[in-house]
Amino acid sequence: MLLKLTCLIPLFPLIGSIINGFFGLKIGKKAVGFIACGSMTLSFLTSVLVYVGYLMLPEGQHVYEQVVWTWFGASDFNVDFGFQVDPLTLVMIFVVTGIGLIIHVYAVGYMQEEFSYYRFFAYFNLFVSAMLLLVMGNNFLLMFIGWEGVGLCSYFLIGYYFEKKSACDAGTKAFIVNRVGDFAFLLAVMYIFNIFGTIDFTEVMHAAPEKLIYAGEAVTIITMLLFVGATGKSAQIPLYTWLPDAMEGPTPVSALIHAATMVTAGVYMLVRCSVLFNLSPMTMTVVAFIGGGTAIMAATIGMTQFDIKRVLAYSTVSQIGYMFMACGVGAYTAAIFHLVTHAFFKACLFLGSGSVIHGIHGEQDMRKMGGLKKHMPITYWTFLISALTIAGIPPLAGFFSKDEVLYHSLMDGNIIFWGMGISAALLTAFYMFRLVFMTFHGESRVDPSVHPHESPKMMTMPLVVLAGLATVGGMLGLPFLHGWHILHNWLEPVLHFDLANALQHSEHMLHEAGRHAPSWAHLLEPKEHNGWIEFALMVFSTVVAITGVVGAYIFYIKRPDLPEKFTQGQWGLDMVQNKYYVDELYDDVFVKPTVEGSNLLWKECDAKAIDGAVNGAAKTIGWFSRQAQTLQSGFVRNYALFIVVGFISLLLAMF
Amino acid sequence: MELLIFYPLAGFCVALALGVIFNKSPVGSAISLIGMMLGLAGIFVLQQAHFIAILQIIIYAGAIMVLFMFVIMLLNLKQGENEGWASREKNLLLSVLTGFLAIGILYKIWQVLFSVDMDTPASLPDSFGTVAVIGETLFTDFVLPFEVASILLLTAMVGAVVLAKTKLD
Amino acid sequence: MLENSVPLSHYLMLSATLFVIGVAGVLIRRNVIVVFMSIEIMLNAVNISLIAFDNYMNLSNGQIFSFMVMCVAAAEVSVGLAIIIALHRNKPSVNLDDFNLLKW
Repeated sequence: MLLKLTCLIPLFPLIGSIINGFFGLKIGKKAVGFIACGSMTLSFLTSVLVYVGYLMLPEGQHVYEQVVWTWFGASDFNVDFGFQVDPLTLVMIFVVTGIGLIIHVYAVGYMQEEFSYYRFFAYFNLFVSAMLLLVMGNNFLLMFIGWEGVGLCSYFLIGYYFEKKSACDAGTKAFIVNRVGDFAFLLAVMYIFNIFGTIDFTEVMHAAPEKLIYAGEAVTIITMLLFVGATGKSAQIPLYTWLPDAMEGPTPVSALIHAATMVTAGVYMLVRCSVLFNLSPMTMTVVAFIGGGTAIMAATIGMTQFDIKRVLAYSTVSQIGYMFMACGVGAYTAAIFHLVTHAFFKACLFLGSGSVIHGIHGEQDMRKMGGLKKHMPITYWTFLISALTIAGIPPLAGFFSKDEVLYHSLMDGNIIFWGMGISAALLTAFYMFRLVFMTFHGESRVDPSVHPHESPKMMTMPLVVLAGLATVGGMLGLPFLHGWHILHNWLEPVLHFDLANALQHSEHMLHEAGRHAPSWAHLLEPKEHNGWIEFALMVFSTVVAITGVVGAYIFYIKRPDLPEKFTQGQWGLDMVQNKYYVDELYDDVFVKPTVEGSNLLWKECDAKAIDGAVNGAAKTIGWFSRQAQTLQSGFVRNYALFIVVGFISLLLAMF
Repeated sequence: MELLIFYPLAGFCVALALGVIFNKSPVGSAISLIGMMLGLAGIFVLQQAHFIAILQIIIYAGAIMVLFMFVIMLLNLKQGENEGWASREKNLLLSVLTGFLAIGILYKIWQVLFSVDMDTPASLPDSFGTVAVIGETLFTDFVLPFEVASILLLTAMVGAVVLAKTKLD
Repeated sequence: MLENSVPLSHYLMLSATLFVIGVAGVLIRRNVIVVFMSIEIMLNAVNISLIAFDNYMNLSNGQIFSFMVMCVAAAEVSVGLAIIIALHRNKPSVNLDDFNLLKW
């Protein structure tokens, strides 16, 4: 049976990582690249086989679980090391292995000059393996391993150029900021175990409507904790600060973190726990607000940055914000849809920016680019397609997914969410084309000693593939007709949620506890799918996107003096350019007190009290030892005497 | 009748044992020890343990004592000024302790022996202590200890060679 | 049938006496070789007890055991004497009190 191959999917990259990590230096660059890409290819092919196997499952069964071994068990707490295959997992597997494979191939070209090539690919493979574990685990704890695994690998990879201080700091920052979220996630898992007595996804999701009261405290606490965990991994307010700094890593790493792995983990987790989130309207509102807020805030910062990769980083933060907003209004399909299309175009954008940086020898400042269109045509065209996609120009993939998010934010949420989404869309179109125009059009501001050149085939081919995917990816979820929305139908079994049933259980539980259940009748009114509104919104958002593009054109091609005039003397610009001073705020509020407090603890508590106690104990024992050492005279016969004395004492005891 | 043989033999052994520890010259001690071992062989014969008696003569009085003599001669030991007895004060303490030990052990044995009726020995078969019986037991019930002993001896042999070599390289 | 008219207690007393003499030798002599000989006396003393009980209870285990004791004694003597030779090579003395380096 093909589904039995499931466990091999994360295993291949792991093996590749081990081989490259331990023997990479001996087997040479070619072999390292071959092993890294080969393991990814095998993993991808296995995913295809698993998909075929999944399609052959009998009617009605939509989850396949494979328990490899029982990881540990303590009385009624059993954790299996098991994988589950369901529609959501399959989507994620294809994104991770597919995009991961393309980025691997690209990285083989991009990293060719690096000395510790093998180290890079060992981490890279490990990263993918951890991400696969995250999306395939059948319980929260296994997910947590992958969760921690991607955090660890991101630390390794962001700090890849460890001889650079800024890279080390960025790695540490990513690790520590993630830790905050991880801690919340772990607390959520403990709470879940406390309530359900199990941490298996299927069992928890099955039991949730019967054990948790709708809008009760327990479910709100769990989902809020899970959401905090997700904000850490997925770089949302307030834990987004690590992602822009993560640009210190090599560009393929950024692509991998932003497109295929890591930041999508939070969205995946929210969708995986959709049943729990559906039970807590308060958390949902918070999620939607945070998502929308992040989308706007990151987009405004993105408009003012000059580092090509930083602009893209903020655009990722912004786009993930969209996905969270979609989750927050209950449009999980839209979130996953946007996740998939985002993976395509963001990978393409990052790899394209990597190609640009590679072509002009490591320059990342957009003010020193310009006019690169004629030097690197393939990069330009693929980049343009992806930029159009992210801006939301029909009929590219981003248009459909973004539009679906916006539609649901209006219909299932309210006009505020929609307003946030549409303004972020305007800003996105603007800053993406600001980036395109500054980089590829206009006068060349490249350092005259540098000769821009197109990247090798190894790097341009992945770009072409990704641009193609970004173009046609929208086919997964065509609007208007329900039957056409492939992704929606595909994910239906995972996202299925019977609200009426859950409310009934909640009422029952509240009555048993002797409390009065509020009226929930209005929640059950069916919502109409209004095709006309959807169409109108589409037209509107297309207009908005085009406005953004045209705006960027006017500002950066027609009248390059405009931005200068426009921002002259504006107090707001400084604030946005400095990322709203959030880093400084965190530094003052969290980092400095921690450092000072630690200093105090170190000098007062540790050095004086604890060390004093420890050294004092050691000194006391030393004194006793010095007294006792006279017994050890070095004379053999003295020792014999002790034996005899002992013997006589024994005899005396026997008398 | 056998007691008549036992007492002189026992006295001989004790006397020679005292000779070992009180003799000032190592050679004298060694010769006393050989004598004591031979006397003990006699005791073993008296106990019907013929095989052990033979071993006692061959191994102890023969091999081991030859080794002792060999080492004494190799080291060219003479009666040194300070090599005899320990210093006086120490000696007193040690004597007292040894005396305690002696009295303790002897008293204990005495106590045990006279509280239990132990003087009616089992009647022994003719084959007691013969090589055949010992050999059979040794190679059936005790075959593993026997093999271990062989390994021990081999190890000791190698160890002795290594230790006594002039240069450890 | 063999008769043994010497009582067990006599053998045990002889054994104990010899053992105490051996202990005394170890304690009061400083010559390494004589100390070794005293240890041999102790081992022999134990052999007497073993065989006496054997004789008394009509067994052969004690004889086997004394055989093993002899093996151990032989091994111990060979290694011990080799150590003495090695020691003597480093410090030309057989006085035990001269070898007191193994201390704090």
